[in-house]
Amino acid sequence: MRSALSEGRAVRWTLIALGVGFLALFLVIPLLAVFSEALRRGMEPFLAAFDEPDTQSAIGLTLLVAAIAVPLNLVFGVAAAWAVAKFEFRGKSILVSLIDLPFSVSPVVAGLVYVLLFGAKGLLGPLMDDWQFKIIFAVPGIVLATIFVTFPFIARELIPLMQEQGTAEEEAALTLGASGWRTFLTVTLPNVRWALLYGVLLCNARAMGEFGAVSVVSGHIRGLTNTMPLHVEILYNEYNFVAAFAVASLLAGLALVTLGAKSVLEWRYGDGLARIHRH
Amino acid sequence: MSDAALSGWLPRVRKPSALPGFGLTLGFAVSYLSLIVLIPLAVLVARAGTLGLDGIWRVATTPRVLAALEVSFFISAAAALVNAVFGVIVAWVLVRYEFPGKRLLDAAVDLPFALPTAVAGIALAALYAENGWIGGLFVPFGIKIAFTPLGILVALIFIGLPFVVRTVQPVLQDFDREVEEASATLGATRRQTVFRVVLPSLTPALLTGVALAFARAVGEYGSVIFIAGNMPFVSEIAPLLIVTKLEEFDYAGAAAIATVMLAISFLALLAINGLQAFSRRRFGHA
Repeated sequence: MRSALSEGRAVRWTLIALGVGFLALFLVIPLLAVFSEALRRGMEPFLAAFDEPDTQSAIGLTLLVAAIAVPLNLVFGVAAAWAVAKFEFRGKSILVSLIDLPFSVSPVVAGLVYVLLFGAKGLLGPLMDDWQFKIIFAVPGIVLATIFVTFPFIARELIPLMQEQGTAEEEAALTLGASGWRTFLTVTLPNVRWALLYGVLLCNARAMGEFGAVSVVSGHIRGLTNTMPLHVEILYNEYNFVAAFAVASLLAGLALVTLGAKSVLEWRYGDGLARIHRH
Repeated sequence: MSDAALSGWLPRVRKPSALPGFGLTLGFAVSYLSLIVLIPLAVLVARAGTLGLDGIWRVATTPRVLAALEVSFFISAAAALVNAVFGVIVAWVLVRYEFPGKRLLDAAVDLPFALPTAVAGIALAALYAENGWIGGLFVPFGIKIAFTPLGILVALIFIGLPFVVRTVQPVLQDFDREVEEASATLGATRRQTVFRVVLPSLTPALLTGVALAFARAVGEYGSVIFIAGNMPFVSEIAPLLIVTKLEEFDYAGAAAIATVMLAISFLALLAINGLQAFSRRRFGHA
């Protein structure tokens, strides 16, 4: 019997087939391809890719950059969320839109702005020369570009949640004599810890995987300014496909761990996280 | 002057609050935002400005730049349209139907957010090349996907997919089933209920998702350059041209293309915001 409230069997299965087929074609098969290409010639060449000193230094640099960029954006995210969610002030909505701005800027443009500032022919280029301090084609530039593209991740997870929670609990703690800092650590922070972790996960995944912005400022110096995604590109362009996909499979593994942790957080603490996530 | 008189006289910047730390946190947030994002972007616009408006226009209308801008914006729009159709189908299937593996697929939708773009780029290039698993299927029909504009389309569909699904899905989840019951009780067929009652109320969310997917696609670089072939006038995207200009140390030219891209995507987002406000009035849903 055909119900008036659901589609017929044929329509239902056609839609499921279309949806699943589309996701398989564009998401699942490409992911499988990364691992299959990496292991195409067996385990040995796959593992050999990680013995290369250049690969190891790329992994080290990627970890270093994420270890600087994520904590800085974490401090910013918490500070911005505290100011925006706990106080009413003029220009607040403008501030919130400006925090999202890096999401609508092309990663290439994110790299370009720092070249225009600190590059050899940039605004502060001569100054950097005098100080003997290299930013572009060096690690500081990579860190700056990574901070730019991952800028909004943590703030935008915290702001809606902290707005929803209001100020009553903090006011109670202050009335009972707690200091402002103690109130934050023992009242506010526990209330937002899952959203915070969620934001850190997404921020970290993007920081380790960023390609466009970093590519513009890095100069691709092997062993010095090559992050993992850039190293993937170099190996790929040298037709060293197995090694390229081996390094790529490490990044894909990171993406899978991120997705897994994200799903667990959503299933267990879904109510505590902001309801609609747009990235 | 008493405090009350003072606060009445000064413009009210913020409402009084018992909580501490306003000056510290706002000061830090605004300084950090200015140093990392606002000042560098201002320098970009200023650098393009040294060319003057006619100078920017001259750079933007050189045939190669014009072709790259066209490739970027048209293929991004096409990818956003494909995602609009399949994004709604995917969201519908994930919200309304039960089937094995559904939870896993739901989690997989976020893959493009988590997978580094360079990894996606080489994987798609390997798959959709003529000797790849998927590209090989199209060879008998004489269709080449990788290293043609079609390859760019594939990469941009990949990048934009989660934006549409993740904006439509929660709205569909919260959609009141009683409205559908009412429509059915009043004698509408299922098709009429879906197309005249359910889908119209998804329109604002769908437009938002499509706008986000489009904006992301226009600026996308990593996943595209591996599969595009990067032929000038055919499959060269605007962000790649910025990189090329930089490598030639043509900073002003790079800044000019970047400014034009920023301006066009800003206008597109503005137009879609207007459209969204219109459809919210028209269909009465947020």
